[in-house]
Amino acid sequence: MTAPNSAMPPSTRTPGSILRSQGPLLDVRNLSVAFPGHLAVRDISFHIDHGETLALVGESGCGKSATSFALMRLLPRGTAVAGEVNFNGIDLFRTDARALRNIRGKRIGLILQEPMTSLNPVRTIGDQIAEGLVRHEKLTWTQARTRTAELLDLVRIPDAARRYDDYPHNMSGGMRQRVMIAMAVSCNPQLVIADEPTTALDVTLQSEVLELLDSLRRQLQMALLLITHDLGVVAQWADRVAVMYAGRIVEQAAAHDLFERPVHPYSQGLMRATLRLDDGTHYSNARLSEIPGSVASAAGEQGCAFAPRCSQATEACYHAPPALVPFRDRLVACRVAVEPSEEPFRAVVGR
Amino acid sequence: MRLLSRAGKSLSRTAIQALPVVLGIVVLNFLLLQLVPGDAADVIAGESGSATAETMAALRKQFGLDQPVLIQLANYLDHLAHLSLGFSPRYNTPVGDLIMSRLPFTLLLMLSAFVLSLVVGIAFGAFMAAFARRWPDRALSLFVLILYSAPGFWVGLMIIVLFSVKLGWLPSGGAMTVGADLTGLARMGDLLTHLVLPSISLACFFTAVYARLTRSAMLEVERQDFVRAAEAKGLGPFAIQMRHVLRNALIPVTTVAGLHLGNLLGGAIVVETVFGWPGMGRLALDAVMARDFNVLLGVLLLSSFVVIVANVLIDLLHAWLDPRIESV
Repeated sequence: MTAPNSAMPPSTRTPGSILRSQGPLLDVRNLSVAFPGHLAVRDISFHIDHGETLALVGESGCGKSATSFALMRLLPRGTAVAGEVNFNGIDLFRTDARALRNIRGKRIGLILQEPMTSLNPVRTIGDQIAEGLVRHEKLTWTQARTRTAELLDLVRIPDAARRYDDYPHNMSGGMRQRVMIAMAVSCNPQLVIADEPTTALDVTLQSEVLELLDSLRRQLQMALLLITHDLGVVAQWADRVAVMYAGRIVEQAAAHDLFERPVHPYSQGLMRATLRLDDGTHYSNARLSEIPGSVASAAGEQGCAFAPRCSQATEACYHAPPALVPFRDRLVACRVAVEPSEEPFRAVVGR
Repeated sequence: MRLLSRAGKSLSRTAIQALPVVLGIVVLNFLLLQLVPGDAADVIAGESGSATAETMAALRKQFGLDQPVLIQLANYLDHLAHLSLGFSPRYNTPVGDLIMSRLPFTLLLMLSAFVLSLVVGIAFGAFMAAFARRWPDRALSLFVLILYSAPGFWVGLMIIVLFSVKLGWLPSGGAMTVGADLTGLARMGDLLTHLVLPSISLACFFTAVYARLTRSAMLEVERQDFVRAAEAKGLGPFAIQMRHVLRNALIPVTTVAGLHLGNLLGGAIVVETVFGWPGMGRLALDAVMARDFNVLLGVLLLSSFVVIVANVLIDLLHAWLDPRIESV
């Protein structure tokens, strides 16, 4: 916490650099989230270093959003969580509600998926940004108004000073998401959690918003937890990636390494299912590769959740879930992949 | 500023819409009342005990009841155009004076019951939502259900028994202490103590409706993303409820409350009778019994005015609560 942020060039994009020795900004251990009748997140662990972007990828329903809300204890009543979330040395799961509220919005910002519904329709966008400033920075409403105009300018909303009194319905989707971003970064947080920030936007706006988010990350020296199902977004903006499947992290690696050589069969399947313009694939000459089966097969699976869909699954895979273990430059949860003899395995990947 | 211009637009729109509505109400009511057997002359003759055909004809001629229906209607409309509500054969005074002496009492009763039911109902609803599905919610829900199902006149009689007869805290009827001849603040206080019981019995049902509605609307709003966003900003539970949840939840409540204003006037008639409150409701009832149709028409006309004006106020409140409603 006392570690000077400025000592670190904010554009550092190499994970596992010397900064690790200062301890990560956010350290999540053995996090589980259970909704009534449904275990959404199963015993996952990961960390985020100061100033880095960690992407949490996975298909819908794999527990990405549940994870992000659990970090800030924003899950609905009746949801059970277990584990430990250390943020700058504070265990967010064991701190009291008042201390938690002092961290929410001040040290950790949140950007939600749907900018249409995540702004209160009956209050001006300015008031909604300013109330965080009034709450945390102890500004008066007049001071907060000035600061809000600066923030709106920071997120590149044109004519910022005059937009304070606008209501959400006066703005377009992209503008609303910028307002959400302004809200999330208003108190200079150390960590911003972005839950599918571009899913509801059209493609041309997506890259603009992500580019804005990334430049703010560098400018304000904050870390970013980017939750997405879009591999293109991950490849372009993440430092490290954690791939989730059915509530577990199956592979965790530096973004470049993951895209270069995916190790877990699920990650491999995801990469194969991605289109590339340059490899000449087109529907007229090739069929898009897919992962057989559906995620529904993971329900009630005793062993590896991916085993029913995995072409390399062995008998052992069905007995107990594999642990996330270090393997070369990354962490992988797959018995088959981490076995010493990898020659036959490679052959299968080649297909 | 935006709010003011919206208010102006809303007012002018309502004025244009209100004119044909009021005209329709007058004509329709007039024609409907023609279907009622008997007229004022019959009642006066009946009360006097003996009347000849000649005196009755003279009475009818005096009141203008001998004219054909359409002529009577034209006469009535002519009076209205000159801002006069006609003359009451029964009370022997202009209907306008008669109503104006009663209108403030009815408005006072309606307004106090309306405000009481909204304030208490929203407070109950917010409380129930805050403790949703736990025992304070269940207990209050039961109480609200009793309020909802108890008829207003019964509640009126029961609170008279409790508060005036048993406890002797509040007067049981009327609007002022007879013969007390108070002035200034003392007079106001006297009026208010007389107002308490009628307002409560009129407000009961509506309180229950608004409480249920506020509870469900707040629970609905609490599930919205922007409430989660507000939590993520680090706001406390009270600030979230007040700034984010309640204001959104009030929109459906005020919509229903606006629709209820007519019912409130109807309920006022019953309550006025139970408590001997000298309002328009009792005047209307007496007018029906006496076949005093000029008075009845005047009451109906004024009532429709009250409802229209109240709806304009609700519209304005709505426009203030929900900025998305913009000169639609």
